[in-house]
Amino acid sequence: MALEIVESCVNCWACEPLCPNQAIYEAKPHFMVDANKCTECAGDFADAQCAAICPVEGAIVNERHEALNPPGSLTGISPARWAAVQAEIAAR
Amino acid sequence: MDFPAFDQTAPASAHASACSAGSCGSTAAQMNGLSDEVRRKVQNHPCYSEEAHHHFARMHAAVAPACNIQCNYCNRKYDCSNESRPGVVSELLTPEQAINKTLAVAAAIPQLSVLGIAGPGDPLANPERTFATFRGLAEKAPDLKLCLSTNGLVLPEQIDELAKYNIEHVTITINCVDPEVGAKIYPWIFWNNRRIRGRAAAKILIAQQQKGLEMLVARGILVKVNSVLIPGVNDQHLREVSRIVKAKGAFLHNVTPLIAEAEHGTFFGLMGQRSPRADELKALQDDCAGDMAMMRHCRQCRADAVGLLGEDRGAEFTLDKVAAMEIDHQAALERRLALRAKVAAELESKRARAATPGDPARQVIAWHRQPRAALGRSVLIAVASRGSGLINEHFGHAREFLVYEASEAGARLVGQRKTDLYCSGGETCGDGETVLDRTIRALAGCERVLCSKIGIEPWGRLEAAGIKPDGEHGMEPIEDAVMAVWREMLAAGLLATPVAGKRCA
Ligand code: SF4
Ligand code: SF4
Repeated sequence: MALEIVESCVNCWACEPLCPNQAIYEAKPHFMVDANKCTECAGDFADAQCAAICPVEGAIVNERHEALNPPGSLTGISPARWAAVQAEIAAR
Repeated sequence: MDFPAFDQTAPASAHASACSAGSCGSTAAQMNGLSDEVRRKVQNHPCYSEEAHHHFARMHAAVAPACNIQCNYCNRKYDCSNESRPGVVSELLTPEQAINKTLAVAAAIPQLSVLGIAGPGDPLANPERTFATFRGLAEKAPDLKLCLSTNGLVLPEQIDELAKYNIEHVTITINCVDPEVGAKIYPWIFWNNRRIRGRAAAKILIAQQQKGLEMLVARGILVKVNSVLIPGVNDQHLREVSRIVKAKGAFLHNVTPLIAEAEHGTFFGLMGQRSPRADELKALQDDCAGDMAMMRHCRQCRADAVGLLGEDRGAEFTLDKVAAMEIDHQAALERRLALRAKVAAELESKRARAATPGDPARQVIAWHRQPRAALGRSVLIAVASRGSGLINEHFGHAREFLVYEASEAGARLVGQRKTDLYCSGGETCGDGETVLDRTIRALAGCERVLCSKIGIEPWGRLEAAGIKPDGEHGMEPIEDAVMAVWREMLAAGLLATPVAGKRCA
């Protein structure tokens, strides 16, 4: 049972000091979770702390590779809107 | 060493008389309602004093990466949008690197007098890193003033620690006092180990900000409040914010424009929220700021020390170079103190001159005279300057212009226009817009622009837009030149009709 930090992480350091197990470490190109140390915060906190503060959707995933903060859940920008604006920018 | 020590125990009285000996006149009017103690600090503060700020430099240390809230005008891929233009990424420093870099800059540029921490996230969401930096600098460069900017979420809990350092002022970004409004600005906060969303989140944030503001004021720490003007979201509401934060003792309320472009990937940018126009911003600043010139030129602690002398000296202070430097810190400290003493003496004599009756530049302070019809209307004049209080910047190189209101009463700094900042969204932001177009738009409302030099093309374009360029006053002190131009316009009969609705100083 462990979470994982993936490439959309922006290296903001917010999660690192919160981990009750010191499972998170700075790495290149992005932060990492030591799967041997991560307990998904079970027994310490109701919510996985890294996922509760991470500002980036999709940066933290569970073992089934599901994002704890799926697209739209933090920014309120729906994936459709995001795609439309990106297409608009690309077309300029 | 003798430094202007900060008295943590004396609460600033917000009700001292508005006009005390030695500071009557325009200055007293600007600082109406502030205690003598606060006024003294402000007057000598490089960030807030109109006179002092030409002579000093400040810099930022990017030591605080994490943030504990999300703002809809921010994308955490980049630095905190409260303090820098969105889309900027600064190199994250460890506290030790930040201390060494600051000491190196302070040794090379004795004008350096303020070190701020404002990001790239929120300083108080990174308490260890922020306080380690302050601790190191308080020890090694005790003359530097320290400051920080925060969203306020954990301010009440951190105040005891904060008060231990030479922190003369704190900036809190307060965009609302109503959770309904807040819910449109902040999608979530991290609070008590949970992510809280919507109205509940805004309610906690607002309560913490207000409590933090009150606690800082009670300890005599200067508090500046920043607000981001978001048209249709908090524009009218900011008047209420202004009233409340000033009643609680914030010495300054600084309203800055929302910058929202889709490219920055912010909620507001992607949702097509527009930025305020220059006139909307000015109207709100006039209402919230009253007559306090210091608000308009407060530079949000921008990291401009390295560019102080016009040329960009950032390359001199890379981490490698700083690590290799051998610096005599004691000698550097003495140089800074000597420079400050010299500037203080100059400002003192300038103030004394200004207070002498008969000085044509200053005797025109409104309420000391019988009211009579003004000689001519006031005029907005933009100035390109790299600092030192001189007109010393080429028009094409200027990234910002200082805007002065010239009138019979003298030249008054009323704002700063950044050429790359005033984006009104929508059609005006399209591809075809050149830097010159944007600059002309940023200078809307100004009738003259003074610079050291200007090319033929912008000259013609500016004139066509009703803004007459003037390169005749290169290297002259700004205020003298602005007033000379105003008198020229007066003599030429251009100032006869007062423009309706315009405020005269
Ligand atoms: S889920 Fe909890 S234990 Fe696992 S890395 Fe995140 S903070 Fe640490
Ligand atoms: S909080 Fe998210 S974005 Fe920030 S370092 Fe941790 S995983 Fe990366």
